[in-house]
Amino acid sequence: MSNPVLAEKAVVVDGVDKVFNVGSDSEVAALSDINLTVEAGEFISLIGPSGCGKSTLLRLIGDLLAPTTGALTVFGKSAHEARLDQDYGMVFQHSGLFDWRRVLANIELPLELRGWSKADRSARSAEMLELVRLEDFGGHYPRQLSGGMQQRVSIARALSFQPKLLLMDEPFGALDEMTREHMQLELLRIWRETHTTVVFVTHSVPESAFLSNRVVVLSPRPGRIHSVVDVDLGERSDDTRQDPAFFAKATEIREALRAVEGGG
Amino acid sequence: MRVGRILSVVVATAIALLLVVGIWEGYKWVGQQTGDYWPGTSIDLPASTDDLTMPHAADIAEELFEEVRDGRARLPLFLFLLKKGWFTLQEAAIGFTLGLTVGLGLAILMLRWRVAERGLLPWINVSQTVPLIALAPIVVTWGRQQDLPDMLSISLIAAYLTFFPVAVSALRGLQSPDSDHVELMRSYAAPWWTVLVKLRLPAARVYLFPALKIAATLSVVGAIVGEISIGTKTGLGRAILEYAQRYAVSPERLYASVIGAAVLGLLVFGLISLAEWIVVRRTGEVTS
Repeated sequence: MSNPVLAEKAVVVDGVDKVFNVGSDSEVAALSDINLTVEAGEFISLIGPSGCGKSTLLRLIGDLLAPTTGALTVFGKSAHEARLDQDYGMVFQHSGLFDWRRVLANIELPLELRGWSKADRSARSAEMLELVRLEDFGGHYPRQLSGGMQQRVSIARALSFQPKLLLMDEPFGALDEMTREHMQLELLRIWRETHTTVVFVTHSVPESAFLSNRVVVLSPRPGRIHSVVDVDLGERSDDTRQDPAFFAKATEIREALRAVEGGG
Repeated sequence: MRVGRILSVVVATAIALLLVVGIWEGYKWVGQQTGDYWPGTSIDLPASTDDLTMPHAADIAEELFEEVRDGRARLPLFLFLLKKGWFTLQEAAIGFTLGLTVGLGLAILMLRWRVAERGLLPWINVSQTVPLIALAPIVVTWGRQQDLPDMLSISLIAAYLTFFPVAVSALRGLQSPDSDHVELMRSYAAPWWTVLVKLRLPAARVYLFPALKIAATLSVVGAIVGEISIGTKTGLGRAILEYAQRYAVSPERLYASVIGAAVLGLLVFGLISLAEWIVVRRTGEVTS
């Protein structure tokens, strides 16, 4: 189903509904009538109150869940094909590293599953460690690292096979404020260096404004797209956080959130 | 720091040993003073304290160096027990390996098919309610019909005890990875087998090792009980049986052979702990 027009688009979500436990007493409508297009190279955030289905939407894009109705395409392929072709990398809130593998072996896991040779794996994982600036920690076990460092390893693992799309589910949610801000800058640097498309789930207003080209605000039960806020703040740096334009955007997103929470 | 830890284990063991000997001798001394009554009462002590029922700890220790007959040769009791223990250890090791294989196999089967879990798990639990003493002669009879050496029948009995803790804990361990890990593997489009090898089996180790320690000691128990109920000509179980029959003549010998069995159990426990330390601890994983 490769479509030359859609091929420019990283993700197309077309009329998607998601209902859990269809037909049973515990039936829940998680998402309703979602239409969304993510351009290649874009950094897009999904934000909304808990229960709005933002993580569900991310999992639908990753084909970790199947939509009840509607269709999703990733780089012109069905989400299912895209997963089988491993077109995306995934980062979770808790780094999801394997405790029994050293940092390098964790980064090499997806490469190992793809049957890369040992030499190629080593070369790439070293490159990835450099990208996330953890050159000295390749031989460590995850438990010996701080939360922020673990999350960097997780990002390195997700990018190790150079996917065109990065799906991130509240990756900095468990980090302290200082580490979080630092990681945001790091992520933007990596995003620029790798030209990856990012779909980023968060519940932090400043985080979404700081990182994204566009912020998708979802309303809860069932999750619908309330509004999409364009954010154009140019090249981000720590100074952006004091920029009035940044505050204005954060306020705009916050007001949209208030509207959905009040009306929800 | 590592030397310090080993030293503290040695000291703790010595203190524990002294404590046991102290309680044993203290109880015996009190009984001897009161004529086997609780002090100041006319209530009988649970066990009488004469030298036949409770030989002195020193006498038991001394007995270990007494010479006993082993076929034509004569050798100190502790060497004799070591020789018999070596035989029993081999039976236990075969039983342990068998039980580990069967237990892991069952756990993987139950992981793969929920139906198997629902169908098998109750039977696995029931299997352990069958008394070993009743089971052993059946296993031997079947074994002899199939021309199996008795040693293998004993290993089978040991395996019967061993597979249970392995199956139950391995299943828990294989099911332990959280949804993030499982979703990650799904995002890599990893087939079931790959998820098992790369994620579930490594994750299960932390659950498996405590069970393996129990299984290892159980395999020794199974081997000894198997030897006793089969009536083999060798092994630690045989020695225990013989000395039990001659208890009236030299009770110290039975106690010494029981100590031999305990040492064997401790040895296998120690071996598995060492393996655990090598495989799990050095990665900084938390053991349950």
